[in-house]
Amino acid sequence: MATASSEVCGAVDPRTEYLLRLGDDALVLGQRVSEWCGHGPVLEVDISLANLALDLIGQATLLLGEAGDGDQLAFHRDVLDFRNCLLVEQPNGDFAQTIARHLLYTTWQHMLLQRLTSSTDKFLSDFAHKAVKEVAYHRELASEWTIRLGDGTEESARRMAEGLDWNWRFVPELFEVDEALQTAIDEGIAPDPRGFEEEYRSAIGAVLAEAELEAPADQRPILGGRRGHHSEHLGHLLAVMQFLPRTYPQATW
Amino acid sequence: MGPRSRRRARGEAPRKEGGVSSDWPLWEVFVRSKGGLAHRHVGSVHAPDAELALAHARDTYTRRMEGVSLWVVPSAEIVASDPDQAGELFEPAESKIYRHPTFYDIPDEVKHI
Repeated sequence: MATASSEVCGAVDPRTEYLLRLGDDALVLGQRVSEWCGHGPVLEVDISLANLALDLIGQATLLLGEAGDGDQLAFHRDVLDFRNCLLVEQPNGDFAQTIARHLLYTTWQHMLLQRLTSSTDKFLSDFAHKAVKEVAYHRELASEWTIRLGDGTEESARRMAEGLDWNWRFVPELFEVDEALQTAIDEGIAPDPRGFEEEYRSAIGAVLAEAELEAPADQRPILGGRRGHHSEHLGHLLAVMQFLPRTYPQATW
Repeated sequence: MGPRSRRRARGEAPRKEGGVSSDWPLWEVFVRSKGGLAHRHVGSVHAPDAELALAHARDTYTRRMEGVSLWVVPSAEIVASDPDQAGELFEPAESKIYRHPTFYDIPDEVKHI
């Protein structure tokens, strides 16, 4: 198990590091959303959430497959080797908290992918062209639900506000640029997220205004996911996701 | 414009407090499988309003590339014939086979008839 980790996650080149970051975001969020499968508030929403999870796991398959051996990376890495942002590993909570997380992440992801289409890297540019349409739908659906829950009943508005409040402190990490990302930006592989931070803030603000919700007050940002410093929640997620291939390494479909 | 007046402007009923799935109206779903063909009824979904009815229809009925266009219609707006009147409505046509276009040849090039 440690073998795959040390192979890929010691010091890797900036491109592989970037693939791991985007791939782990998609994998972890996809696994999180898939936890709703069979538990959705109504049948239609259950199907809708399962579709979102499948889109994300499809994206993770492409990105991690380009970074190395996708299955090894997904199922045989330990928590410290994951490069996803902290937002995507946050627990589902209730439906409103799941929607809040999806709104905050996929709005960012959509803006990122729009710019990633002009990456100098052929794989990433092709990937972005494909994924940007899926993610546009995720962003749209999360926005629509935010508006309905915020501008719904007293209870749904309270739950939506609490869901946003939980996830809000993980937003600054999305715009953090460390040395590895700066190198990828300089090489034209990755877009600079700081270039669309204002657009992001105003897009989220517009959805919240229509939902008649206040943006939560800015809290002390929590950073570190990109360097492997995760919350306790990721360990539990990986335990469920990785249990089978680790217990039965010979298992096949 | 506040939430309630916005909903009125969209022609929607006021939202009930504590409303859950059982309060969501039913929508009939129609899918156009490709350009040139008519929309065809495929089923129904529950949704709180028209936009989400479209989203639910998309997620439920077009996941496997079934369509290029979707319609949703509130089920309550469908006017249906009375099954008790089936006799008087439909049976008289059964004896009138000369109304079927089976007495002349259709050219092979004509599709979808």
